[in-house]
Amino acid sequence: MIHLTINGNPRQFEVQRLTVAELVEHLGLTGKRLAIERNGEIVPRGNFAEAVLNSDDKLEIVGAVGGG
Amino acid sequence: MDTLNIAGKQYGSRLLVGTGKYKDFTETRAAIDASGAEIITVAIRRTNIGQNAGEPSLLDFLPPEEFTYLPNTAGCYSADDAVRTLRLARELLDGHKLVKLEVLGDPNTLYPNMLETIAAAKTLVKDGFDVMVYCSDDPIIAKQLEEIGCAAVMPLASLIGSGMGILNPWNLQIIIENAKIPVLVDAGVGTASDAAIAMELGCDGVLMNTAIAAARDPVLMAAAMNKAVQAGREAFLAGRMPKKLYSASPSSPTSGLIA
Repeated sequence: MIHLTINGNPRQFEVQRLTVAELVEHLGLTGKRLAIERNGEIVPRGNFAEAVLNSDDKLEIVGAVGGG
Repeated sequence: MDTLNIAGKQYGSRLLVGTGKYKDFTETRAAIDASGAEIITVAIRRTNIGQNAGEPSLLDFLPPEEFTYLPNTAGCYSADDAVRTLRLARELLDGHKLVKLEVLGDPNTLYPNMLETIAAAKTLVKDGFDVMVYCSDDPIIAKQLEEIGCAAVMPLASLIGSGMGILNPWNLQIIIENAKIPVLVDAGVGTASDAAIAMELGCDGVLMNTAIAAARDPVLMAAAMNKAVQAGREAFLAGRMPKKLYSASPSSPTSGLIA
């Protein structure tokens, strides 16, 4: 079981191992333009497949929205 | 050709527009098309996780290939938050360097906190960003931001979202006179004449969002702003006639009058 905090909300995943790419797919965000920060550090898009998440990681997943 | 030059890139339009506060993305797109803007600001926010994964996004309506995105730091109240936001924006937009820095100091007035803004500007410039910086209309601060290495200074005309127009044209003039980088008015423009006045003062451009989005007909107002910025620019380049209390020089010949 992996416990994550994603955009301020606790989430649990019933798996032994989870990469950022797998998480993105699980959340239905594959192909979306987004940026991810893990524990305050940006995870480059090119590293999603290799970046293995640890329990208690705090993730911010952001996108572009309308603004002035 | 008269172009706006920012961080080594040339733009045909001197009107920069925000993408917030519209009824829907279709209206956003129509207004931006009418404005003729090439540079559009976007905010960086948490992605909806779960239910709404399939819903359309701003980027579907305004593809980054068609426009120059200017990610902002709206809502940030500290230098650290602003820097963090723009680093995420750079990752989001594939290494894009042109950004709008704003660090707010007060949630009611949205007046900028210039101490935090300067701290963030230093970090971002060092980090390789091209920083267009929202600032107070203080000529000394504007000069300091230029010396830090910002790509453009963007003093407020009046408070964000107020539509009060240009409250201190004299300060803007001093900023423009002293600046070696582009000066754009950001915030406070309410209607087309405000934009024209900013350009007549010698501003290099105008950035606005609410003036268009909160108009009764945003698309029509966007078209008006497009013309106002162009008209103001041309009037500035043409050089206005001097103001005089009166002139004994009528426009029609003084001779040949019927007797």
